[in-house]
Amino acid sequence: MADQENTQRVRAYQELVKSRRPSKPILKNVIYAFFVGGAICEVGQWIQWGFMQNGMTAKEATSPTTVVLIGLGALLTGLGWYDKVVKHGGMGGTLPITGFSNAMVAPAMEFRSEGLVLGVGAKLFTVAGPVLVYGLSAAFVVGLCRYLLTGVA
Amino acid sequence: MSVAKIGAASYRLKNVGIKGTAAVVGPKEGQGPLGAYFDKVWVSETNHETSFERAERALLEEALNLAVKKANCSWDDVDLVLGGDLLDQIVSTNFVARQHERPLLGLFAACAVFTEALGLGALLIAGQGPKRVAVGAVSHHMAAERQFRFPIELGYQRTPTAAWTATAAGAAILGVAQHEDLLVDTVTFGRVIDYGSKDPNDMGSAMAPAALDSIERHLAATGDRIEDYDGIFTGDLGVFGIDLLQELGSAAGLRFGDRLNDCGKSLYYLKEQDVHNGASGPGCSAGVFSGYLYQRLKKGDWQRLLLVATGALFSPTTYQQGETIPCIAHAVTVSSPGAHAR
Repeated sequence: MADQENTQRVRAYQELVKSRRPSKPILKNVIYAFFVGGAICEVGQWIQWGFMQNGMTAKEATSPTTVVLIGLGALLTGLGWYDKVVKHGGMGGTLPITGFSNAMVAPAMEFRSEGLVLGVGAKLFTVAGPVLVYGLSAAFVVGLCRYLLTGVA
Repeated sequence: MSVAKIGAASYRLKNVGIKGTAAVVGPKEGQGPLGAYFDKVWVSETNHETSFERAERALLEEALNLAVKKANCSWDDVDLVLGGDLLDQIVSTNFVARQHERPLLGLFAACAVFTEALGLGALLIAGQGPKRVAVGAVSHHMAAERQFRFPIELGYQRTPTAAWTATAAGAAILGVAQHEDLLVDTVTFGRVIDYGSKDPNDMGSAMAPAALDSIERHLAATGDRIEDYDGIFTGDLGVFGIDLLQELGSAAGLRFGDRLNDCGKSLYYLKEQDVHNGASGPGCSAGVFSGYLYQRLKKGDWQRLLLVATGALFSPTTYQQGETIPCIAHAVTVSSPGAHAR
Protein backbone atom coordinates (compact mmCIF):
# COMPACT_ATOMS: atom_id res chain seq x y z
CA MET A 1 0.00 0.00 0.00
CA ALA A 2 2.72 2.42 1.03
CA ASP A 3 4.69 1.40 -2.02
CA GLN A 4 1.74 2.09 -4.27
CA GLU A 5 1.25 5.55 -2.75
CA ASN A 6 4.94 6.18 -3.24
CA THR A 7 4.85 5.18 -6.90
CA GLN A 8 1.86 7.43 -7.46
CA ARG A 9 3.53 10.37 -5.75
CA VAL A 10 6.69 9.87 -7.77
CA ARG A 11 4.75 9.63 -11.02
CA ALA A 12 2.72 12.75 -10.22
CA TYR A 13 5.88 14.67 -9.41
CA GLN A 14 7.69 13.58 -12.57
CA GLU A 15 4.68 14.70 -14.58
CA LEU A 16 4.75 18.09 -12.88
CA VAL A 17 8.48 18.38 -13.62
CA LYS A 18 7.95 17.46 -17.24
CA SER A 19 5.16 19.98 -17.70
CA ARG A 20 7.17 22.81 -16.14
CA ARG A 21 10.61 22.09 -17.49
CA PRO A 22 11.87 25.02 -19.56
CA SER A 23 12.08 23.91 -23.17
CA LYS A 24 15.25 23.97 -25.22
CA PRO A 25 15.31 26.74 -27.85
CA ILE A 26 15.19 24.15 -30.65
CA LEU A 27 14.43 26.49 -33.56
CA LYS A 28 17.23 28.88 -32.56
CA ASN A 29 19.61 25.94 -32.06
CA VAL A 30 18.78 24.47 -35.46
CA ILE A 31 19.30 27.78 -37.26
CA TYR A 32 22.62 28.38 -35.47
CA ALA A 33 23.72 24.80 -36.22
CA PHE A 34 22.91 25.30 -39.91
CA PHE A 35 25.00 28.45 -40.20
CA VAL A 36 27.91 27.37 -37.98
CA GLY A 37 28.12 23.93 -39.59
CA GLY A 38 27.68 25.54 -43.02
CA ALA A 39 30.45 28.05 -42.33
CA ILE A 40 32.89 25.30 -41.31
CA CYS A 41 32.06 23.33 -44.47
CA GLU A 42 32.50 26.50 -46.52
CA VAL A 43 35.97 26.98 -45.04
CA GLY A 44 36.75 23.33 -45.85
CA GLN A 45 35.58 23.85 -49.41
CA TRP A 46 37.87 26.89 -49.85
CA ILE A 47 40.81 24.90 -48.49
CA GLN A 48 40.07 22.06 -50.93
CA TRP A 49 39.85 24.53 -53.84
CA GLY A 50 43.16 25.99 -52.66
CA PHE A 51 44.83 22.59 -53.01
CA MET A 52 43.14 22.04 -56.39
CA GLN A 53 44.50 25.37 -57.62
CA ASN A 54 47.93 23.88 -56.99
CA GLY A 55 47.36 20.97 -59.31
CA MET A 56 45.65 18.33 -57.17
CA THR A 57 42.49 16.53 -58.25
CA ALA A 58 39.40 16.85 -56.02
CA LYS A 59 40.04 13.36 -54.66
CA GLU A 60 43.71 14.02 -53.97
CA ALA A 61 42.84 17.26 -52.17
CA THR A 62 40.52 15.49 -49.70
CA SER A 63 43.18 14.16 -47.36
CA PRO A 64 45.25 17.35 -46.97
CA THR A 65 42.02 19.35 -46.52
CA THR A 66 41.02 17.05 -43.67
CA VAL A 67 44.43 17.47 -42.09
CA VAL A 68 44.22 21.26 -42.26
CA LEU A 69 40.71 21.24 -40.74
CA ILE A 70 41.83 18.96 -37.91
CA GLY A 71 44.73 21.33 -37.29
CA LEU A 72 42.38 24.31 -37.22
CA GLY A 73 40.06 22.54 -34.78
CA ALA A 74 43.00 21.70 -32.54
CA LEU A 75 44.29 25.28 -32.70
CA LEU A 76 40.91 26.77 -31.81
CA THR A 77 40.52 24.25 -28.97
CA GLY A 78 43.95 25.18 -27.63
CA LEU A 79 43.04 28.86 -27.76
CA GLY A 80 39.88 28.07 -25.79
CA TRP A 81 37.56 29.17 -28.62
CA TYR A 82 36.16 25.96 -30.04
CA ASP A 83 33.92 25.23 -27.02
CA LYS A 84 32.29 28.60 -27.70
CA VAL A 85 31.73 27.64 -31.33
CA VAL A 86 29.89 24.47 -30.25
CA LYS A 87 28.04 26.24 -27.44
CA HIS A 88 26.28 28.32 -30.09
CA GLY A 89 26.54 26.02 -33.07
CA GLY A 90 25.65 22.73 -31.36
CA MET A 91 25.82 19.81 -33.80
CA GLY A 92 26.97 22.29 -36.45
CA GLY A 93 30.21 22.50 -34.50
CA THR A 94 30.39 18.90 -33.23
CA LEU A 95 29.71 16.98 -36.43
CA PRO A 96 32.39 18.37 -38.80
CA ILE A 97 35.89 16.95 -38.41
CA THR A 98 36.90 20.07 -36.46
CA GLY A 99 34.51 18.82 -33.74
CA PHE A 100 36.26 15.46 -33.72
CA SER A 101 39.56 17.29 -33.34
CA ASN A 102 38.06 19.20 -30.39
CA ALA A 103 36.98 15.89 -28.81
CA MET A 104 40.58 14.62 -29.00
CA VAL A 105 42.46 17.77 -28.03
CA ALA A 106 40.21 18.80 -25.10
CA PRO A 107 40.97 15.64 -23.02
CA ALA A 108 44.64 15.80 -24.09
CA MET A 109 44.88 19.29 -22.58
CA GLU A 110 42.75 18.44 -19.58
CA PHE A 111 44.48 15.30 -18.36
CA ARG A 112 48.04 16.58 -18.67
CA SER A 113 47.86 17.16 -14.93
CA GLU A 114 47.71 13.37 -14.40
CA GLY A 115 50.84 12.76 -16.47
CA LEU A 116 51.54 11.58 -20.00
CA VAL A 117 50.74 7.89 -19.44
CA LEU A 118 47.88 7.68 -16.92
CA GLY A 119 46.59 11.11 -17.87
CA VAL A 120 46.85 11.97 -21.55
CA GLY A 121 47.51 8.40 -22.71
CA ALA A 122 44.67 6.79 -20.82
CA LYS A 123 42.10 9.55 -21.19
CA LEU A 124 42.73 10.74 -24.75
CA PHE A 125 39.78 8.77 -26.12
CA THR A 126 37.29 9.36 -23.29
CA VAL A 127 35.11 11.52 -25.53
CA ALA A 128 36.04 10.31 -29.01
CA GLY A 129 36.27 6.62 -28.01
CA PRO A 130 32.57 5.77 -28.41
CA VAL A 131 32.50 7.58 -31.76
CA LEU A 132 35.41 5.47 -32.98
CA VAL A 133 34.06 2.18 -31.60
CA TYR A 134 30.61 2.55 -33.11
CA GLY A 135 31.83 4.35 -36.24
CA LEU A 136 34.23 1.50 -37.06
CA SER A 137 31.64 -1.15 -36.12
CA ALA A 138 29.04 0.47 -38.37
CA ALA A 139 31.56 0.71 -41.23
CA PHE A 140 32.34 -3.00 -40.81
CA VAL A 141 28.66 -3.99 -40.89
CA VAL A 142 27.94 -1.81 -43.92
CA GLY A 143 31.03 -3.14 -45.70
CA LEU A 144 29.99 -6.73 -44.98
CA CYS A 145 26.47 -6.11 -46.33
CA ARG A 146 27.91 -4.54 -49.44
CA TYR A 147 30.17 -7.54 -49.98
CA LEU A 148 27.33 -10.03 -49.49
CA LEU A 149 24.97 -8.14 -51.79
CA THR A 150 27.29 -7.03 -54.57
CA GLY A 151 30.36 -9.21 -54.18
CA VAL A 152 32.56 -6.09 -54.22
CA ALA A 153 35.00 -6.10 -51.29
CA MET B 1 24.73 26.08 26.29
CA SER B 2 22.21 23.35 26.03
CA VAL B 3 20.40 21.31 23.46
CA ALA B 4 16.83 20.03 23.34
CA LYS B 5 15.52 17.48 20.90
CA ILE B 6 12.29 18.94 19.57
CA GLY B 7 11.49 16.64 16.66
CA ALA B 8 12.51 13.43 14.93
CA ALA B 9 15.73 15.06 13.72
CA SER B 10 15.29 18.62 15.01
CA TYR B 11 17.19 20.30 17.83
CA ARG B 12 16.88 23.62 19.62
CA LEU B 13 20.24 24.98 20.68
CA LYS B 14 21.00 27.58 23.33
CA ASN B 15 23.89 30.01 23.15
CA VAL B 16 25.74 28.68 20.14
CA GLY B 17 27.09 31.63 18.20
CA ILE B 18 28.84 32.34 14.93
CA LYS B 19 32.12 34.05 15.77
CA GLY B 20 33.06 34.93 12.22
CA THR B 21 32.70 33.88 8.59
CA ALA B 22 34.69 34.26 5.41
CA ALA B 23 33.99 33.66 1.73
CA VAL B 24 36.54 33.43 -1.08
CA VAL B 25 35.26 33.12 -4.65
CA GLY B 26 36.40 32.91 -8.26
CA PRO B 27 36.27 35.77 -10.78
CA LYS B 28 32.89 34.86 -12.28
CA GLU B 29 31.28 34.79 -8.83
CA GLY B 30 32.97 38.10 -8.01
CA GLN B 31 31.35 39.65 -11.08
CA GLY B 32 27.91 38.53 -9.94
CA PRO B 33 25.40 40.62 -7.97
CA LEU B 34 26.86 39.53 -4.60
CA GLY B 35 30.47 40.28 -5.57
CA ALA B 36 30.88 43.09 -3.01
CA TYR B 37 29.97 40.80 -0.10
CA PHE B 38 32.84 38.34 -0.51
CA ASP B 39 36.06 38.71 1.47
CA LYS B 40 38.23 37.89 -1.47
CA VAL B 41 37.67 37.52 -5.20
CA TRP B 42 40.30 35.66 -7.19
CA VAL B 43 41.45 37.32 -10.41
CA SER B 44 41.71 34.00 -12.25
CA GLU B 45 40.04 30.59 -11.95
CA THR B 46 43.23 28.91 -10.77
CA ASN B 47 44.98 31.79 -8.99
CA HIS B 48 48.38 30.49 -10.17
CA GLU B 49 47.83 26.94 -8.85
CA THR B 50 49.02 24.18 -11.19
CA SER B 51 45.80 22.15 -11.22
CA PHE B 52 42.10 22.81 -10.65
CA GLU B 53 42.15 20.44 -7.68
CA ARG B 54 44.96 22.43 -6.07
CA ALA B 55 43.01 25.60 -6.76
CA GLU B 56 39.99 24.15 -4.94
CA ARG B 57 42.16 23.37 -1.92
CA ALA B 58 43.68 26.85 -1.93
CA LEU B 59 40.20 28.32 -2.03
CA LEU B 60 39.10 26.39 1.07
CA GLU B 61 42.32 27.06 2.90
CA GLU B 62 42.05 30.80 2.33
CA ALA B 63 38.43 30.85 3.47
CA LEU B 64 39.18 28.88 6.66
CA ASN B 65 42.25 30.99 7.50
CA LEU B 66 40.32 34.20 6.96
CA ALA B 67 37.38 32.98 9.06
CA VAL B 68 39.73 32.10 11.95
CA LYS B 69 41.29 35.53 11.68
CA LYS B 70 37.92 37.32 11.54
CA ALA B 71 36.73 35.36 14.58
CA ASN B 72 39.68 36.85 16.48
CA CYS B 73 41.14 33.51 17.38
CA SER B 74 44.00 31.31 16.24
CA TRP B 75 44.02 27.78 14.84
CA ASP B 76 45.13 26.53 18.27
CA ASP B 77 41.75 27.60 19.66
CA VAL B 78 39.86 25.48 17.13
CA ASP B 79 38.92 22.11 18.67
CA LEU B 80 37.40 20.53 15.58
CA VAL B 81 37.01 21.13 11.87
CA LEU B 82 33.92 19.93 9.99
CA GLY B 83 33.35 20.17 6.28
CA GLY B 84 33.28 18.66 2.86
CA ASP B 85 33.49 19.11 -0.88
CA LEU B 86 32.47 17.39 -4.10
CA LEU B 87 35.67 15.76 -5.23
CA ASP B 88 36.18 12.00 -4.86
CA GLN B 89 37.26 11.03 -1.34
CA ILE B 90 36.61 14.68 -0.30
CA VAL B 91 40.27 15.37 -1.04
CA SER B 92 40.02 19.15 -0.76
CA THR B 93 38.79 19.02 2.83
CA ASN B 94 41.24 16.28 3.78
CA PHE B 95 44.28 17.86 2.14
CA VAL B 96 43.61 21.28 3.67
CA ALA B 97 43.51 19.59 7.08
CA ARG B 98 47.14 18.70 6.46
CA GLN B 99 47.91 22.42 6.67
CA HIS B 100 45.85 23.44 9.70
CA GLU B 101 46.55 20.19 11.58
CA ARG B 102 43.37 20.39 13.65
CA PRO B 103 41.12 17.35 14.35
CA LEU B 104 38.91 16.77 11.35
CA LEU B 105 35.55 15.20 10.66
CA GLY B 106 35.20 15.08 6.89
CA LEU B 107 31.57 15.03 5.76
CA PHE B 108 29.87 14.26 2.50
CA ALA B 109 26.40 15.43 1.58
CA ALA B 110 27.23 16.78 -1.89
CA CYS B 111 26.03 20.39 -2.10
CA ALA B 112 24.19 20.13 1.25
CA VAL B 113 27.40 19.72 3.22
CA PHE B 114 27.63 23.30 4.49
CA THR B 115 24.45 23.17 6.58
CA GLU B 116 25.27 19.60 7.62
CA ALA B 117 28.57 20.90 9.05
CA LEU B 118 27.00 24.06 10.47
CA GLY B 119 24.20 22.12 12.19
CA LEU B 120 26.42 19.33 13.41
CA GLY B 121 29.10 21.71 14.70
CA ALA B 122 26.52 23.77 16.57
CA LEU B 123 24.97 20.62 18.01
CA LEU B 124 28.34 19.39 19.30
CA ILE B 125 29.05 22.74 20.94
CA ALA B 126 25.59 22.88 22.51
CA GLY B 127 26.17 19.37 23.82
CA GLN B 128 29.25 20.74 25.58
CA GLY B 129 31.75 18.84 23.47
CA PRO B 130 34.16 21.03 21.52
CA LYS B 131 34.29 24.72 22.47
CA ARG B 132 35.17 26.05 19.06
CA VAL B 133 34.42 24.45 15.70
CA ALA B 134 35.42 25.56 12.21
CA VAL B 135 33.05 24.56 9.40
CA GLY B 136 33.72 24.94 5.71
CA ALA B 137 32.69 23.81 2.25
CA VAL B 138 34.17 24.35 -1.16
CA SER B 139 33.66 23.68 -4.85
CA HIS B 140 35.57 24.66 -7.97
CA HIS B 141 33.84 24.91 -11.32
CA MET B 142 36.64 23.38 -13.38
CA ALA B 143 37.42 20.56 -10.92
CA ALA B 144 33.73 19.59 -10.76
CA GLU B 145 33.34 19.78 -14.55
CA ARG B 146 36.14 17.31 -15.14
CA GLN B 147 34.87 14.90 -12.49
CA PHE B 148 31.16 15.00 -13.32
CA ARG B 149 30.90 16.19 -16.92
CA PHE B 150 33.37 16.75 -19.74
CA PRO B 151 36.85 18.21 -20.23
CA ILE B 152 36.76 22.01 -19.97
CA GLU B 153 37.63 22.78 -23.59
CA LEU B 154 35.20 20.25 -25.05
CA GLY B 155 32.37 22.03 -26.81
CA TYR B 156 28.82 21.01 -25.93
CA GLN B 157 25.49 22.65 -25.29
CA ARG B 158 24.12 22.86 -21.77
CA THR B 159 20.44 22.28 -21.26
CA PRO B 160 18.30 25.10 -19.79
CA THR B 161 18.06 23.21 -16.46
CA ALA B 162 21.83 22.67 -16.11
CA ALA B 163 23.54 24.36 -13.18
CA TRP B 164 26.93 26.04 -13.07
CA THR B 165 29.13 24.67 -10.28
CA ALA B 166 30.38 27.69 -8.37
CA THR B 167 34.05 28.37 -7.70
CA ALA B 168 33.59 29.36 -4.09
CA ALA B 169 34.46 28.50 -0.51
CA GLY B 170 32.72 29.55 2.66
CA ALA B 171 33.78 29.00 6.24
CA ALA B 172 32.38 29.85 9.66
CA ILE B 173 33.73 29.62 13.19
CA LEU B 174 31.24 28.46 15.81
CA GLY B 175 31.59 28.89 19.54
CA VAL B 176 29.84 29.89 22.73
CA ALA B 177 27.74 32.94 21.91
CA GLN B 178 28.71 36.33 23.23
CA HIS B 179 26.53 39.42 23.08
CA GLU B 180 26.84 40.42 19.39
CA ASP B 181 27.13 36.99 17.79
CA LEU B 182 24.51 35.60 15.45
CA LEU B 183 22.95 32.46 16.92
CA VAL B 184 22.48 29.03 15.47
CA ASP B 185 19.01 28.45 16.88
CA THR B 186 17.48 25.33 15.53
CA VAL B 187 18.66 22.54 13.29
CA THR B 188 16.84 19.87 11.31
CA PHE B 189 18.85 17.14 9.64
CA GLY B 190 17.44 15.91 6.37
CA ARG B 191 16.25 12.52 5.20
CA VAL B 192 17.21 11.06 1.86
CA ILE B 193 14.34 11.67 -0.53
CA ASP B 194 14.09 10.23 -4.02
CA TYR B 195 11.28 11.25 -6.33
CA GLY B 196 12.58 9.30 -9.29
CA SER B 197 14.55 12.00 -11.10
CA LYS B 198 17.33 10.68 -13.30
CA ASP B 199 18.71 13.66 -15.17
CA PRO B 200 22.04 14.90 -13.76
CA ASN B 201 21.52 18.05 -15.83
CA ASP B 202 18.41 18.87 -13.84
CA MET B 203 19.30 18.57 -10.17
CA GLY B 204 16.99 21.42 -9.15
CA SER B 205 13.88 19.37 -9.77
CA ALA B 206 15.46 16.28 -8.17
CA MET B 207 16.27 18.19 -4.97
CA ALA B 208 13.12 20.29 -4.55
CA PRO B 209 11.14 17.52 -2.74
CA ALA B 210 14.03 16.99 -0.29
CA ALA B 211 14.09 20.72 0.44
CA LEU B 212 10.35 20.72 1.06
CA ASP B 213 10.58 17.71 3.37
CA SER B 214 13.24 19.33 5.56
CA ILE B 215 11.50 22.73 5.63
CA GLU B 216 8.16 21.13 6.54
CA ARG B 217 9.68 19.08 9.34
CA HIS B 218 11.71 22.05 10.57
CA LEU B 219 8.64 24.28 10.77
CA ALA B 220 6.58 21.55 12.44
CA ALA B 221 9.24 20.82 15.07
CA THR B 222 10.08 24.44 15.87
CA GLY B 223 6.55 25.80 15.67
CA ASP B 224 7.88 28.60 13.43
CA ARG B 225 5.73 30.04 10.67
CA ILE B 226 7.06 31.19 7.32
CA GLU B 227 6.42 34.81 8.40
CA ASP B 228 8.88 34.35 11.29
CA TYR B 229 11.69 34.33 8.74
CA ASP B 230 13.05 37.25 6.76
CA GLY B 231 14.48 34.81 4.30
CA ILE B 232 14.31 31.11 3.56
CA PHE B 233 17.28 30.28 1.36
CA THR B 234 17.70 26.90 -0.26
CA GLY B 235 21.16 25.87 -1.46
CA ASP B 236 21.19 25.31 -5.19
CA LEU B 237 17.71 24.54 -6.52
CA GLY B 238 18.12 27.28 -9.09
CA VAL B 239 15.34 28.94 -11.06
CA PHE B 240 13.51 25.76 -11.99
CA GLY B 241 13.91 24.07 -8.60
CA ILE B 242 12.58 27.11 -6.75
CA ASP B 243 9.53 27.25 -9.03
CA LEU B 244 8.83 23.61 -8.24
CA LEU B 245 9.38 24.14 -4.52
CA GLN B 246 6.89 27.04 -4.56
CA GLU B 247 4.41 24.74 -6.26
CA LEU B 248 5.04 21.76 -3.94
CA GLY B 249 4.80 24.16 -0.99
CA SER B 250 1.39 25.52 -1.96
CA ALA B 251 0.15 21.97 -2.48
CA ALA B 252 1.31 21.21 1.08
CA GLY B 253 -0.27 24.41 2.45
CA LEU B 254 2.95 26.41 2.73
CA ARG B 255 2.85 29.79 1.03
CA PHE B 256 6.47 30.85 0.84
CA GLY B 257 5.91 33.96 -1.27
CA ASP B 258 9.00 36.08 -1.88
CA ARG B 259 10.60 35.01 1.39
CA LEU B 260 11.75 31.91 -0.41
CA ASN B 261 14.95 32.36 -2.36
CA ASP B 262 17.92 30.29 -3.41
CA CYS B 263 21.66 30.78 -3.05
CA GLY B 264 22.21 29.34 -6.53
CA LYS B 265 19.69 31.72 -8.06
CA SER B 266 21.31 34.70 -6.33
CA LEU B 267 25.01 34.20 -7.04
CA TYR B 268 25.08 35.21 -10.71
CA TYR B 269 23.34 37.51 -13.17
CA LEU B 270 21.61 34.51 -14.71
CA LYS B 271 21.14 35.83 -18.26
CA GLU B 272 24.22 38.01 -18.63
CA GLN B 273 26.57 35.44 -17.11
CA ASP B 274 24.91 32.63 -19.04
CA VAL B 275 24.50 30.15 -16.20
CA HIS B 276 21.09 28.72 -17.14
CA ASN B 277 19.48 27.37 -13.94
CA GLY B 278 21.92 29.13 -11.58
CA ALA B 279 24.84 28.16 -9.37
CA SER B 280 25.40 24.83 -7.65
CA GLY B 281 28.06 23.09 -5.58
CA PRO B 282 28.91 22.95 -1.87
CA GLY B 283 30.70 26.29 -2.23
CA CYS B 284 27.49 27.92 -3.45
CA SER B 285 25.51 27.83 -0.19
CA ALA B 286 28.73 28.11 1.87
CA GLY B 287 29.93 31.19 0.00
CA VAL B 288 26.55 32.92 -0.25
CA PHE B 289 25.89 32.38 3.46
CA SER B 290 29.38 33.28 4.70
CA GLY B 291 29.49 36.36 2.48
CA TYR B 292 26.09 37.79 1.71
CA LEU B 293 23.51 36.26 4.09
CA TYR B 294 25.69 36.55 7.20
CA GLN B 295 26.19 40.24 6.54
CA ARG B 296 22.47 40.86 5.96
CA LEU B 297 21.80 39.40 9.43
CA LYS B 298 24.79 41.06 11.05
CA LYS B 299 23.83 44.51 9.78
CA GLY B 300 20.33 44.02 11.16
CA ASP B 301 18.55 44.06 7.77
CA TRP B 302 17.21 40.66 8.72
CA GLN B 303 16.47 39.02 12.07
CA ARG B 304 16.03 35.38 11.16
CA LEU B 305 17.17 33.22 8.31
CA LEU B 306 16.45 29.61 7.41
CA LEU B 307 19.28 28.15 5.38
CA VAL B 308 18.46 24.86 3.67
CA ALA B 309 21.41 23.57 1.65
CA THR B 310 20.38 20.88 -0.83
CA GLY B 311 22.41 17.98 -2.15
CA ALA B 312 22.03 15.46 -4.98
CA LEU B 313 23.68 12.28 -3.75
CA PHE B 314 24.66 10.62 -7.01
CA SER B 315 27.92 9.74 -8.68
CA PRO B 316 28.79 9.53 -12.39
CA THR B 317 28.68 5.74 -12.03
CA THR B 318 25.15 5.62 -10.57
CA TYR B 319 23.59 7.80 -13.25
CA GLN B 320 25.37 5.92 -16.02
CA GLN B 321 23.83 2.77 -14.56
CA GLY B 322 20.42 4.39 -14.83
CA GLU B 323 19.81 4.85 -11.11
CA THR B 324 17.57 7.65 -9.84
CA ILE B 325 19.06 10.54 -7.86
CA PRO B 326 18.56 10.46 -4.07
CA CYS B 327 18.61 13.92 -2.50
CA ILE B 328 19.00 15.48 0.92
CA ALA B 329 18.55 18.89 2.57
CA HIS B 330 19.66 20.07 5.99
CA ALA B 331 17.93 23.09 7.56
CA VAL B 332 19.54 25.53 10.00
CA THR B 333 17.95 28.64 11.53
CA VAL B 334 20.37 31.51 12.11
CA SER B 335 19.11 34.54 13.99
CA SER B 336 20.34 37.83 15.38
CA PRO B 337 20.56 37.99 19.21
CA GLY B 338 17.61 40.42 19.35
CA ALA B 339 15.33 38.02 17.52
CA HIS B 340 16.25 35.27 19.95
CA ALA B 341 14.93 37.20 22.94
CA ARG B 342 11.56 37.52 21.21
